[in-house]
Parts: sequence; structure tokens; C-alpha cells
Amino acid sequence: MARVGVITFLGSLDDRDAMRAVGVVGGEAVSLWHGSTDLQGVDAILLPGGFSYGDHLRCGALARFSPIMGAVAEFAAAGGPVLGICNGFQILCEADLLPGILTPNHGQRFICRDVELVGEQESPWIGNRAVGTTITVPVKHGDGAWFHPEEGLDELEQNGQVLLRYAEDVNGATQRVACVINAAGNVCGLMPHPEHAVDPIIGSIDGQLLVGRLINS
Amino acid sequence: MRVTVLVRPKTGIRDPQGEAIGRSLGGLGYPVSSVSAGSIFDLEIDTDDLKEAERLGTEMAARVLSNDLIEGFEVIVG
Repeated sequence: MARVGVITFLGSLDDRDAMRAVGVVGGEAVSLWHGSTDLQGVDAILLPGGFSYGDHLRCGALARFSPIMGAVAEFAAAGGPVLGICNGFQILCEADLLPGILTPNHGQRFICRDVELVGEQESPWIGNRAVGTTITVPVKHGDGAWFHPEEGLDELEQNGQVLLRYAEDVNGATQRVACVINAAGNVCGLMPHPEHAVDPIIGSIDGQLLVGRLINS
Repeated sequence: MRVTVLVRPKTGIRDPQGEAIGRSLGGLGYPVSSVSAGSIFDLEIDTDDLKEAERLGTEMAARVLSNDLIEGFEVIVG
């Protein structure tokens, strides 16, 4: 059974949900601590949502220097699958493991609701579904507008690094981008919360696609 | 030695904080057409060497205190 490490940073709050989601898709969740450098031999890593370091400075800007992040960077460089959700996405962007940066929602409001996401690539991260397929996953963020300068943006699109786009403008993200991967394709990040969409009793189970990728890679 | 780092949003970067402040100032009747909100960091660095203080301040500003994608910074020594 694939072992998925879920990192708890100071201020993580979705680590328990993420661990449960890993179990729902058939993996074994392993709790990892931000202050350690030991990944305990896991097969994949999940950086959960939350408000690490109280979102001080910039979201994720301080957590990216946590001791465990050096090991995460090495794991990612070696091709290991890494998924960052919400604050985890912010941390991966600040750590330059993913392109862009997350900035305050343009509408200046915290947004908490289900959103529709459109698949832009036929990627294993989203179950290899056909381009244009939509999935429904909740968002809950105040600083979720993914930003990327004009320069290099076309290249990202051409490389197939934009995986999901918001069906409608949710937070002001550049080109409505909701989910990106690195050039190698093994690191993925998004603001919506797939770990909150894995159980039919509370609605969509589309989140199983993204979390499931961690145990099928 | 005191080093002050000023971090500002780059021109053209959306700044919801500045926009919110600007709207409130406008609502108070002030003739303010735009506000850009940044951050000030006053650092006490353990060195008496001016050049070393500037080097460290610049390194910390670039590596931690600002993000080059959206912000620029200025380092003031002394």
C-alpha cells in the first residue's frame, strides 16, 4: 500500500482531513512534522491547507523555510509525487517548486464554496479525463489569486503545466488558473480542496482524482 | 546596525489592500486617487560594518522579505 506523508506545519489545519482522504483513496497516511528532515520513506507527499505562521509576511513565505522543506525539494527533484493544497500550494510556490505566487483575492473577500474546475490537460493528476471535463471541489481562501507575470505564461500553457482552470472567475487568478504542475509533472498545486471532496455523504467525490494520484504514481 | 527594508508592490500588480484603504480615504472626503500598500521591516543586524549590513539586508530582502514576482524592495542602512 502506498504511503503518503502529510506534513503538519505550524498552523496547518487540514492535515487531519488530508490524512483521512488518503485513507479513503486506499493509501496509508503518514504524519510528517515540519521541524523534522525525515520523510520516513514515504512514496508521496501532501502539503495540506491551513494558515502556516499565521499567513504573516506572505502566505507560505515562512513555512517554505521549515526544516522538512529541504527534504521535500530533494524528493521532488528525484521525481517523487508532491501535492500542495491551499496553504500547501502557497508554500510550494514560495519555495519555487511550482510557478507563480498566490496573492489576495481581488474581491477582497474570503471565499468558501464549491467551485467548478475545467480540465485543461489529460493528466494522471485528474484521472486522465478528457480535456474540458469539469470537476467540483470546494475552495476556502482569502489569498487564492494565483499570479504569474506575462513573461513565461505562454510557455507554462504550452508545456501543459496548467491543469485546471476555474469555470468562472472566482478570485482574480491570472487566466483563471486553479491548478498547476511543475515542468516534470510530479509536483502539483491548487487552491481548491480535493481532500474535502472525497466522500459522497457531503457532496462531490471529484477530489479523489487528485489525492488518488498520490497512491497511483 | 539598523537596516530598514521597504517592500512595495510592483507597478501593475493588483493591490487589494491599497485599493481598500484608498476607497476608505476617498469616502472620508480626501482627494486620494490611488494608494499602494507595502511593508516596512526595521532590522537590527549584529555588525558594525556598513557594507556587510547592506549585503545582509539585501540578501534577506530578496530571499525572504519580498517576492520578486510581485514586489520590489529598497534597503536603507543606518
